[in-house]
Amino acid sequence: MSQPEQRDEVEMLATMLLIRRFEERASQQYQAQKIGGFCHLYIGQEAVVTGAVAATRPDDYLITAYRDHAHALARGTSADACMAELFGKATGCSKGLGGSMHYFDKEHHMYGGHAIVGAHVPLATGMAFAAKYRKEDRVTLCFFGDGAINQGGFHEALNLAGLFKLPVIFICENNFFAMGTSVKRSTSLEQIVDRARGYDMPSGIIDGMSFRDVRDGLSHLIASIRKEPHPAFVEMRTYRYRGHSMSDPASYRTKEELEKFRLEDPITRLRAQLTREGKLTNEQFDKMDKKAKDAAMSSVKFAEKSPEPPLDELYGYTYAPNGEESPAAGTRATKPSEKGRGSSTREKKRTGANISPNGKQA
Amino acid sequence: MREITYRQALNEALAEEIARDPNVFLMGEEVAEYNGAYKVSQGLLDRFGPTRIIDTPISENGFAGLGIGAAMVGLRPIVEFMTFSFSLVAFDQIVNNAPNMLTMSGGQFNVPITFRGPNGPAHQLGATHSHATECLYANVPGLKICTPATPRDAKGLLKAAVRDNNPVLVLECELFYSHKGMVEDEDVDLLIPLGEAELKQEGSDVTIICYAQTVPIALAAAENLAKENINAEVIDLRSIKPLDWPAVFKSVAKTHRVVIAEQDRPWCGIGSEIAYRIQQEIFDELDAPIQRVSQEDVPMPYNEALEQAVLPSAAKIVAAVKKIC
Ligand SMILES: Cc1ncc(C[n+]2csc(CCOP(=O)(O)OP(=O)(O)O)c2C)c(N)n1
Ligand SMILES: [Mg+2]
Repeated sequence: MSQPEQRDEVEMLATMLLIRRFEERASQQYQAQKIGGFCHLYIGQEAVVTGAVAATRPDDYLITAYRDHAHALARGTSADACMAELFGKATGCSKGLGGSMHYFDKEHHMYGGHAIVGAHVPLATGMAFAAKYRKEDRVTLCFFGDGAINQGGFHEALNLAGLFKLPVIFICENNFFAMGTSVKRSTSLEQIVDRARGYDMPSGIIDGMSFRDVRDGLSHLIASIRKEPHPAFVEMRTYRYRGHSMSDPASYRTKEELEKFRLEDPITRLRAQLTREGKLTNEQFDKMDKKAKDAAMSSVKFAEKSPEPPLDELYGYTYAPNGEESPAAGTRATKPSEKGRGSSTREKKRTGANISPNGKQA
Repeated sequence: MREITYRQALNEALAEEIARDPNVFLMGEEVAEYNGAYKVSQGLLDRFGPTRIIDTPISENGFAGLGIGAAMVGLRPIVEFMTFSFSLVAFDQIVNNAPNMLTMSGGQFNVPITFRGPNGPAHQLGATHSHATECLYANVPGLKICTPATPRDAKGLLKAAVRDNNPVLVLECELFYSHKGMVEDEDVDLLIPLGEAELKQEGSDVTIICYAQTVPIALAAAENLAKENINAEVIDLRSIKPLDWPAVFKSVAKTHRVVIAEQDRPWCGIGSEIAYRIQQEIFDELDAPIQRVSQEDVPMPYNEALEQAVLPSAAKIVAAVKKIC
């Protein structure tokens, strides 16, 4: 059932392709050692975030964990800014200061990229709290993995959201593993969705490999939340084709299991549906795929030729400046000075001359 | 000017800021219907209603995080911890989320939030309830920390904290809520900048640097020392981060002797940093080794006499001064 807010399906298929091709390139660049740190790929899970974005308005709040490339791309952050962030460049979506796990894009209401498992779930309740406080009808989408549901912060956040009736949808991307630990080995319940029962909110299981199921399931909840704020919990059953991170060969699971999910590939599935319904030709699909590949390729070129952040960016964001009205001092952290080193003389000068004049952080 | 309590001063600061800015709200355990565990928020629920004054369950990690998320999208929350000993349950939110967001997002998201509540040992509360947390939090770039010791500073610093665009910890003194002091009349918008120390007493022989609970004991020590013709200069730091280095250096350049009186424990402490900076920046001004008076480095005992032995005191400060004067 199509809702007025829902986004065009062909367009969302193009987004899924962009995510897939972008991450394939990222993987290649990681292996070429152009990308540092940890890098977690979303390949296989694309229907979850694209389905969710298709069901929401651009001004709804979105926040997620560290497997976040797709969430930014789906929201409209450019492939260039995403790749440049992986390269640690000044043109990245977090100016090269966040990295793979900490994508942020205020303009597109993408509130991160959070790498402490479960720690962003309370933040989502705060964003939803703010929306309700200001009487806005925005919904907050909070994505997290199956590994997050055993963290204290997760439970506290769900309780607060239930208690205060906050407009937030908790979206558990259940890919059945937290690193090498299967849900069976981590969680006291048979079904993750049953966690929601403790917090008195509507909940359900959605096939996270199906774009349409995700979109329609969420559309339904969102319509209800916009009318009267309340939280909801959704377990998306999905699968990551790759290892947990780039260094993980994923030997804890079987080839057969992976193949089973690959047969349900979200891109193949939506393509087949659209083709069957006469909404997409093979030529159109090929053209879209080529466009996605080109965008991924040129994002690498963009990242390569982008500048490194200047060294003094290091001190630029420790504190936010204060406006006129604020009396607070020390708005911008400054470099520790080289001064005062090697005072070799024991002679008492006592002029006070080597007292740092501005001295806040001499 | 009129005389009010530290508690009343904080209450006025809260009321004024909540009235001034619709984005400001107060949240915490027992802040609304109970009027505050220490009655700091007395009357605020009646005046501002339950959308601005919000009771939470006992869920520090959850509501600290909620505040940070709300601040990311433009609200200016004041989050009360019943005491900062309980903020440790929310340590990850205070240390990992609030102060890192601005840098991690390349400058896109600042977090204008105030965390406030009583801090430091009170009286015979034992090891779990007696934490001074300033050393722990001072280690974190991106946080600001102030430690008001008087009603006037409590009001002015809290109001400045709420208006600051960064996460600020206002570490109140649990034992001072009933202390009285002179504060500007209510029609004055009293703002005390973060990072400005106050010269409490001029002197020429030694500088006693103090903050929070050590302010009254440093002043008492100075009074005793005066009887023996030792003139101590007393500086209340008021803010731990940013710290008013010029005020410290100026005084040391005058007295050439320093005693640092700390509320917290000694290891990697506030005094370690101050002593290091003094010797690094104005080594030649020193005529004697810097002395420190702090808590003993042990979990806080319940027994009253043992607790007193752990805590800094006027007598300990006097003894430290006499070692170098
Ligand atoms: C608090 C915390 N503990 C441990 C880690 C290390 N770690 C990073 S990801 C991860 C697995 C999380 O799995 P899940 O939540 O299912 O997300 P997925 O990787 O499947 O997307 C672990 C243990 C962390 N980042 N944070
Ligand atoms: Mg998982």
